[in-house]
Amino acid sequence: MSSILTQEKTEFSRGLLAGTSIAIGYLPAAITFGLLAKGTGLSFFESMAMSMFVFAGAAQYMALNLIAIGTGAFEIIFTTFIVNIRHLLMSASVNEKVENAHPLTKAIYSFGLTDEVFAVTSTQEGKVKTGFIIGVAVMAYASWVLNTGVGYLMGSALPQSLQESMAIALYAMFIALLIPSLKKQRKIVWLAISAAILNSFLSLFIPSGWSIILATLIASTAIEYIRPKKGVS
Amino acid sequence: MNMTMLVIIAGMAIVTYIPRMLPLTFMDSLPIPPWLQAILKNVPYAALGALIFPGILTAHENVLFSLIGALTAITAAYLGANLIIVVLSSILMLMTLTLIF
Repeated sequence: MSSILTQEKTEFSRGLLAGTSIAIGYLPAAITFGLLAKGTGLSFFESMAMSMFVFAGAAQYMALNLIAIGTGAFEIIFTTFIVNIRHLLMSASVNEKVENAHPLTKAIYSFGLTDEVFAVTSTQEGKVKTGFIIGVAVMAYASWVLNTGVGYLMGSALPQSLQESMAIALYAMFIALLIPSLKKQRKIVWLAISAAILNSFLSLFIPSGWSIILATLIASTAIEYIRPKKGVS
Repeated sequence: MNMTMLVIIAGMAIVTYIPRMLPLTFMDSLPIPPWLQAILKNVPYAALGALIFPGILTAHENVLFSLIGALTAITAAYLGANLIIVVLSSILMLMTLTLIF
């Protein structure tokens, strides 16, 4: 029993460590959110509550825009749903990747399944342990919530050039997660490039949440039929 | 807290949580055919491609700067640099460009 506990603890620590890059990437995004929320007229507690309970960067930014132009609650919630529907696909994919666990445990950690937590866990080698994914999610969550507060209270103190430059952090992290896999399998190159091209095209016509989900689905499915070999191992 | 804001935050929280939670919690009780499993295993790499592009072009208001930042990250990652080094090097490159030009 104690060895199982020790193992879980080690996996949790490994998760925290793997989540550090997300924490760095969230730092500017959350600070900017806090800053913008203040500018939009939200109170400190409203801004913090949004980051604590919603925990979805793109949707939160979009909500601020809509609140600023006086959009109603229903439209804001519906837009959030559209933007976050892509997580349905990510959650299904992560389910193929994680070790078995009680549905309640999965229901709890699924709260933390942002794009970035999904990206870090699903690019791990082999089955992902529950402790690991919780560690990644806790690290990401802590950074998002704490830095929302920092942004609200003192975001405007950061130099503009630094704020602008840090917006690339999360994309750079996605690149860093993708490249090692690209080097291993030719198939992954085609998956990533075709989804990127499809997304560029589709996003001209439909909201970005749908565009990402459609591009991902089409690329993931088409490659199975164009190159009928086994899935990514 | 303002009542409308409370409704907005609660509503946003629910519609964000449900898509994240449903497949992870309930898919194990459904039989997943092998073809679907194969597709789901492709999803991470396709999703990363879609999450990176074209979004990365808007990381900086100057598209050229964004592209150079992206190339810096790609080069660093290709050379096998640690995740955090990749992230920091692209930020540093973008900041240098912003300060010079």
